[in-house]
Amino acid sequence: MDTSFRLFPDAASDMADQVDRLYFFLLAVSSFFTLLIFVLIVFFVLKYRRGAKVNRYLTPGKSVLALELTWSLIPLGLTMIMFGWGANLFLKLHDSPPDPIEINVLARRWFWRMQHSNGKREDQALHIPVGQPVKLRMISEDVIHSFYVPAFRVKQDVLPGRYTTLGFEPNKVGTFHLFCAEYCGDNHSGMKGQIIVMEPAEYAEWLQGGPSEAPEVAGKKLFEEYRCASCHTSPVNPRCPPLEGLYGRTVKLTDGRTVIADDDYLRRSIVDPAAEVVAGFQPIMPTFKGQLGEESIFALTAYLKTLEAPTPGAGQAGEAAIGDTPPSDTDSKEADSKEAGPEPAPSRDDEPRLPAAPSLDPPRDPSPPEPPSKENPAS
Amino acid sequence: MSTAELPKRHYLNADYNIWSWLLTTDHKRIGILYMISLTLFFFVGGAAAILFRVELLTPEADLVVSPTYNRLFTLHGVVMVFFFLVPSIPAVLGNFLIPMMIGARDLAFPRLNLLSWYLFMAGGLLAIWAIVRGGVDTGWTFYTPYSTTESNSQVMAMAVGVFVAGFSSILTGLNIIVTTHTMRTQGMTWFRLPLFVWAHYATSIIMVLGTPVLAISLVLIALERGLGIGVFDPKLGGDPLLFQHLFWFYSHPAVYIMILPSMAVVSEIIPCFSRKPIFGYKMIALSSVAIAVLGFLVWGHHMFVSGQSVFAGLIFSFLSMLVAIPSAVKVFNWTATLYKGSISLETPMLYALGFIGLFTLGGLTGLFLATLAVDVHVHDTYFIVAHFHYIMVGGAVMGYLGGIHFWWPKMTGRMYPEWWGRISAVIVFVGFNLTFFPQFVLGYLGMPRRYHIYPEEFQVLNVMSSAGASILGLGYLLPLCYLIWSLKYGKVAGPNPWKATGLEWTTPSPPSTFNFDEPPVVTEPAYNYPPLDDSSLPHETSDPTASTPS
Ligand code: HEM
Ligand SMILES: [Cu+2]
Repeated sequence: MDTSFRLFPDAASDMADQVDRLYFFLLAVSSFFTLLIFVLIVFFVLKYRRGAKVNRYLTPGKSVLALELTWSLIPLGLTMIMFGWGANLFLKLHDSPPDPIEINVLARRWFWRMQHSNGKREDQALHIPVGQPVKLRMISEDVIHSFYVPAFRVKQDVLPGRYTTLGFEPNKVGTFHLFCAEYCGDNHSGMKGQIIVMEPAEYAEWLQGGPSEAPEVAGKKLFEEYRCASCHTSPVNPRCPPLEGLYGRTVKLTDGRTVIADDDYLRRSIVDPAAEVVAGFQPIMPTFKGQLGEESIFALTAYLKTLEAPTPGAGQAGEAAIGDTPPSDTDSKEADSKEAGPEPAPSRDDEPRLPAAPSLDPPRDPSPPEPPSKENPAS
Repeated sequence: MSTAELPKRHYLNADYNIWSWLLTTDHKRIGILYMISLTLFFFVGGAAAILFRVELLTPEADLVVSPTYNRLFTLHGVVMVFFFLVPSIPAVLGNFLIPMMIGARDLAFPRLNLLSWYLFMAGGLLAIWAIVRGGVDTGWTFYTPYSTTESNSQVMAMAVGVFVAGFSSILTGLNIIVTTHTMRTQGMTWFRLPLFVWAHYATSIIMVLGTPVLAISLVLIALERGLGIGVFDPKLGGDPLLFQHLFWFYSHPAVYIMILPSMAVVSEIIPCFSRKPIFGYKMIALSSVAIAVLGFLVWGHHMFVSGQSVFAGLIFSFLSMLVAIPSAVKVFNWTATLYKGSISLETPMLYALGFIGLFTLGGLTGLFLATLAVDVHVHDTYFIVAHFHYIMVGGAVMGYLGGIHFWWPKMTGRMYPEWWGRISAVIVFVGFNLTFFPQFVLGYLGMPRRYHIYPEEFQVLNVMSSAGASILGLGYLLPLCYLIWSLKYGKVAGPNPWKATGLEWTTPSPPSTFNFDEPPVVTEPAYNYPPLDDSSLPHETSDPTASTPS
């Protein structure tokens, strides 16, 4: 990273170049008006200073409407150009390009933890290949942070309790700043790192080095460890909605709403299962809030995404799928093609590993396998 | 400026003991009370700024450690916003002038007015107490869940302080609204009101409608901290973005609470020192109201990267662009007022012209922030710090200082030393630009705000900014010194040293406790300066009778 004095930031993504172009347009417009006002004021002050012998006669009643309209409509036009141009780029920024490299980002005071698709982790640094779109799925474990890479001209707040995403496509190899831009306490200004953009080949090599455990594999282990399977088994347990093929589908809830089973939904169903109960089921699932850290949830959802829908006709309890969007199969393919199986090397996972008891909160709960029930699943 | 004698009895010497001040219901005395307390707060907030600006001279943390730094900028932000900027012009100049400008003896609710000062002081003392007890490190924005779960210190006391001060601002607003509606003297129609009154009317609407929302958000913070109810903290089932919506729903319009009164001052000063009616009176009056209304619709432009929906981002960006129009119209109107005027550059005029320059730059950079894709990059960087200082310090404080100088002779009966006044205006302008212009560059380079440790390549610009800050500090100290000096040694001013129009100038300086012996009758529009011809205005003629082209 070049640390010498400069007046303009690095530009290392397409977005950066486009934002800069818009910025220069804004700069030109504002310089023009600043200069205009400045010159007019100085000129009037000098010319019409008290005591100067000049013509001060104003034609009475001369219409000023034209003037007032001009100086309202021209700024209006200009601001509409700014709006349109800025909105257009903003929409582009929020478009997801096909087949991005997906990376999970976990923010905690005061570090950034990145988890790559094969489970490789790194802190305070993010390695990515040049020329390929990247999509970050981000969440915070405490307060609001903000993922900011000036060289890409992108920024997105990272919230607790909800995933936000950020996409970009670097077009220059190099090392760039990563900052936390939302004030998060004492060491806020220490919550920074580096974005290291590499040639794709180098990146591939880098990605394979070091210990990693594919998140799906880690997720499977957690699934067993926390005895999720005691209820969510297949063949289907009538008391619990099956999870196979759930990801990406439309789910109908008891209260009549429907939701898409995306990452956020899966996450909420784990930490707050009682809030969105699938139509036809009782709220008997215990919450895992406080037991599973966000990283484990990343892993669990990665595992859930690999569960393919059973082939039709296989006696599936037609739980909730109405929209029946097929599960996005990129994920499952990815999982299949995972070569060199999971390395068991325990990676640094410093979240509290609680004993595998299903739940800590007694009242609502349930040792999952319960006697067959009076109520039956819908349809 | 002929016979130089102060009136024998006026509001300042009507009574001498301390209780006559602490229990006064005279709007002018209450204005002075506010002025004294605000000056105090301003220098407390300023001292914090100087401290952290010195810290920022180097990329490392060598003067203060991070918790101290965080408390300093919070102190600076909270005090400057809630205990200086929001009350500044309305509480000091508004209080002092509005009744006189509309020909009334006092505000509609004099005792309520006194109560608002006490509430303000109570809030201020609570805030100071919070600082003495260890300080708060949330920033003046109190973002949750940080403020409810992590911030270690005196958040409750600080929130209560701001809450209480909020009521002071609601009461002031109410008082001004009712006064404007009911206390206008005979002949003072709406479109004869000085623009100062118009702008305060608009400001008061914002105060009355917006401040309760701030109060609610603070109560919710207190409840969440104290009782653990889950409003904002997702761990308790709350929504972290809800606070930002509530907060900005007040705090964005609050920016107009800070700037509209300042525009009001400028709209009085420019015609007076150009000896011309203001250009486009109605447009300026109505644009104040337009700004007040539109100001309520744009809070989401603080949240483009917060995680709110893309669609919301588009709407807020669009609406924000519209606010630019009435603001631009005002700038053009002021400039056009100078055309063919008879311009003299006394201190208030220098401050007013400085205001136009800084406000223009602050406003234009606001367009960068309303433009979605650009804001994504500069949000929460020093670009923001520079932008809001151009508006709030460059705009609001320049207007405040201009107004203080303009009405100083009215308030005290004495002139400030003109030469020193002009020097201070120039120093403030230069120091200001040197302090804050480099921060635009820093922001586009990507330096996040609220950082006290930063990458080396940002140092040169930070040093420039800190150097500017010391000049600016000096610029702010000067008026404090010579204005105090002038209380005793200043030239006696006479009722109308500027030959200005407006009912306040028809009273003696300082005015008597009840302003007017007889309610005045108004027969002409505001700013009815006599038409100028091809020569300068002889200094003595005034007393306008003829009507003027508009
Ligand atoms: C009337 C005068 C001023 C007002 C109203 C004002 C207002 C503010 C506000 C509201 C903030 C935001 C605090 C936060 O982010 O929580 C701030 C930050 C800041 N102010 Fe001022 N300010 C004033 C004068 C000054 C002066 C004179 C200086 C320089 C000497 C200064 C330097 C700064 C800096 C550097 C920051 C950024 C702090 C940070 O983000 O870490 N301000 N100011
Ligand atoms: Cu952070």
